[in-house]
Amino acid sequence: MIDNLSWLAVYSEIVLLVMGCVIALVDLGVTGRKRNVTHFLTLLTMGVVAGLEALYASSGSTFYGWGNMVVSDSMGSWLKCFAAVTMMACLVYGRPYAGDRDMLRGGELFSLSTFMLLGIFVMISANNFLVIYLGLELLTLSSYALVALRRDSATATEAAMKYFVLGAMASGFLLYGLSMIYGATGTLDIGEVFKVINAGQVRHQVLVFGVVFIVSGLAFKLVTVPFHMWAPDVYQGAPTVITLIISSAPKLAGFGIAMRLLVDALLPLAIDWQQMLAVLAVASLFVGNVIGTMQSNIKRMLAYSAISHMGFMFLGLMSGVANGAIDSMMAERAYSSAMFYVVTYVLTVVPAFGVVLLLAREGFESEEIADFAGLNRRSPLYAGIMCVCMFSLAGIPPLVGFYAKLSVLEALISSGGALHVSIAVYAVLMSVIGAFYYLRVVKVMYFDQPITATTVSAPADVRVVLTLNGALVFLVGILPGGLMALCADAIVRTLAS
Amino acid sequence: MAWLSLAIWVPIAFGCFLLFFSREEQAGFVRWVALLGALLGLLVTVPLYTGFQLGTAGMQFVENVPWIAHFHLNYHLGLDGLSFWFVPLSAFITLIVVIAGWESIKERVNQYNAAFLILSGLMIGVFSALDGMLFYVFFEATLIPMYLIIGVWGGPRKIYAAFKFFLYTLLGSLLMLITVIYLYSRSGGSFDILTWQQLAIPGTAQTLLFFGFLAAFAVKVPMWPIHTWLPDVHVEAPTGGSIILAAIMLKLGAYGFLRFLLPIVPDAAHQWAPLIITLSLIAVIYIGFVAIVQKDMKKLVAYSSVAHMGFVTLGFFIFNDLGLSGGIVQMIAHGFVSAAMFLCIGVLYDRVHSREIAAYGGVINAMPKFGAFAMLFFMANCGLPGTAGFVGEWMVILASVKFNFWVGFCAAWALILGAAYSLWMFKRVYFGDIANEHVKAMPDISKREYLILGFLAIAVLFMGVYPKPFTDVMDASVAHLLQQIATSKL
Repeated sequence: MIDNLSWLAVYSEIVLLVMGCVIALVDLGVTGRKRNVTHFLTLLTMGVVAGLEALYASSGSTFYGWGNMVVSDSMGSWLKCFAAVTMMACLVYGRPYAGDRDMLRGGELFSLSTFMLLGIFVMISANNFLVIYLGLELLTLSSYALVALRRDSATATEAAMKYFVLGAMASGFLLYGLSMIYGATGTLDIGEVFKVINAGQVRHQVLVFGVVFIVSGLAFKLVTVPFHMWAPDVYQGAPTVITLIISSAPKLAGFGIAMRLLVDALLPLAIDWQQMLAVLAVASLFVGNVIGTMQSNIKRMLAYSAISHMGFMFLGLMSGVANGAIDSMMAERAYSSAMFYVVTYVLTVVPAFGVVLLLAREGFESEEIADFAGLNRRSPLYAGIMCVCMFSLAGIPPLVGFYAKLSVLEALISSGGALHVSIAVYAVLMSVIGAFYYLRVVKVMYFDQPITATTVSAPADVRVVLTLNGALVFLVGILPGGLMALCADAIVRTLAS
Repeated sequence: MAWLSLAIWVPIAFGCFLLFFSREEQAGFVRWVALLGALLGLLVTVPLYTGFQLGTAGMQFVENVPWIAHFHLNYHLGLDGLSFWFVPLSAFITLIVVIAGWESIKERVNQYNAAFLILSGLMIGVFSALDGMLFYVFFEATLIPMYLIIGVWGGPRKIYAAFKFFLYTLLGSLLMLITVIYLYSRSGGSFDILTWQQLAIPGTAQTLLFFGFLAAFAVKVPMWPIHTWLPDVHVEAPTGGSIILAAIMLKLGAYGFLRFLLPIVPDAAHQWAPLIITLSLIAVIYIGFVAIVQKDMKKLVAYSSVAHMGFVTLGFFIFNDLGLSGGIVQMIAHGFVSAAMFLCIGVLYDRVHSREIAAYGGVINAMPKFGAFAMLFFMANCGLPGTAGFVGEWMVILASVKFNFWVGFCAAWALILGAAYSLWMFKRVYFGDIANEHVKAMPDISKREYLILGFLAIAVLFMGVYPKPFTDVMDASVAHLLQQIATSKL
């Protein structure tokens, strides 16, 4: 069973596993306050796996390993590549902050984030229900520990507790749903599940029962209403660097397993889960945009922003199948729009948190929106980056967030009749409400007087990466064709296999 | 040479370049670079004028390269008689704005000038885009610099005004986004405006599309009753922002009617024309009365803009060639005249720091040269023959009398009301005895102000006396558009 392809399919996971252990061990011998050695080792590891996955992705081939337990395909490889790069950026932005708060003393930040990335990789590669669950648990357990990394901070501990209790429940939901499907179909293999359901011999009720729990579990992981309650509290309570980590790369993994579970395995039940996604999306757009306007804490605000954006992404996922007939063109358009949406969302939210991290100084958190007052006078560059991110999240052209909204709306409108068009109108009306709170951040940075005259300084690596990242939000906005084509190509190859 | 692309990207490139010079001591250098950028931006539109072929309704200076292959989006530019004049007009007004802010803007000079230069490129992009999504991208992108201009350099209630401006127009244009995407899927995957103009669309869909477009353009124009953002924004915006807003940004909406609404959904346009005509007449008459009672100079001119733009939409929806070309001429004339009006207010505001009419009186005694210029612009604003303001109004009134006597009768009220609010304000601000010490101490206009007021005065007079170059350019395109409107697409 274990052939060459099997090893090939999990090379990067092996690298991550080995290096995760090595980093944990090496850290024992590192004493510097900044942990330079382990930091660079972690970045190197992630850089290597990102390159490796980019290589796989550009080859475009799909192969299965370990007896169909894992798959390496174009979509998965790109998602993994983006996740690794995202994690690298998070660590670069977060290190000064973590160093100031004595979070680097144990070195767990690096080993836990490596394991978290491993969890993300396993989830994305999974072609089997149990492997998905395994990856998910690895990801979430690492996240709980990361949130609790500042064990002397009451808010962080509280956030970790909340995250753990609710997260465990959501994992339970997902597992229960998977077990229902397993019971009905008699297999854990995603491809087999698809075949069995498609043959139409299984009782529909049992399957739908399972789908409800699976969708609930996914909704929790992707932060959509009504499974969103944890997000604002955890985002606010966790140290900002951890908020950055849990709000970015795991979204890519969430999208990955949503594709594997809902599309690869449960596509014949699309009519059922599309309705659920529609309800979740409509509710998320409302809560995310309306409640978001009332936030004064920027981390909470970005949590509500995440809720509304994931709701928008669901609109793309729910547009793949119209009237129960599977049309490959339409499916490709819908799922690639969702993938583009989630990738660009992560691309935009990472520099936004990067600027939040930058403003936090030793012993001072810049968590309130008011702390951004007059940032334009203190540092035009960072104010500009934040401004670009905010307008992009609000979906104003020519920034990348606009094209994400455009492609999702296009998929939604082409896929259906009056109902879908009215959901599209509803979605844009909600984004006008949402635009208010993004504009408010710009207002505070540009129109208000600064409360302190100190200029913002950043280490060279942070400055370079942050500038590049902000420039990317702008440049991908002007020329989004490449990334769009990449997503479309990845989805086409994945659906074809 | 791709002159049209240059007209868009030269100002944007200069604007982006300016962003790198944010230190206070670089302000002098920044001003000269901005001036150079605005001048070059105007110069590259000259070959457009000299190379423009009269007598054809086809698109000229066409550039068409693929932009986003996934959506069959093209970077497709071109000009015809409907859009031509707005390109040099935008570049010209930007030059005026850069000079007008030379001394009055003292903080963050680089960002101020960069915002205006980038805005200029974006607006020219709107007028020259022939791809629906490219149009939308430019159309929406203009919100960002304008939001910052109002919010950073605006007056006391700038934050309220900036948000009102942004959210109002965003709401309208997002509804247009849905419309545009719907047309894309209906036309089988094309964002090309010229393809959309050929598309057969059934009645109910036309009505929905009509209101989708109307939502965006009516807010931008603005038409009564969704005009309320404009006075608030004008009052709080800095002089340059008001100039650009009145002179160019309002025209983006009116231009949208010409490019999208009339040719793409002509049957719905016919069906709903009475509605638009009624709203336009309310704008002309009711807003004219509202303007009379204003105490704030900027608010008065803002309301007068709403009334003038009512003329434009009225001209478009009576569907004859005089009305259409009258509407377009009125757009161009209003570009010059409203820019000049806001500039005059800016000149006074720089000296006294008040926009209240009551704070002034007898200005002409203190500033005779300035008073002469102001007199000319106020006359143009109320449509005196021989000035730019007259030509368009006269054409539209003539056209509407042809269409229906009572519509023409109502439209002609504009001349009386325009004279009432313009001249009464002029009397209170400029004539009479010197009202107070502040007015007495006002120095007359500087050479710099002389220069820009002079440019605008020449433009206003030239257009009033010899409008032929303007109408010649648009004749063929107007005829073509009328033909499109007359052809049912059901």
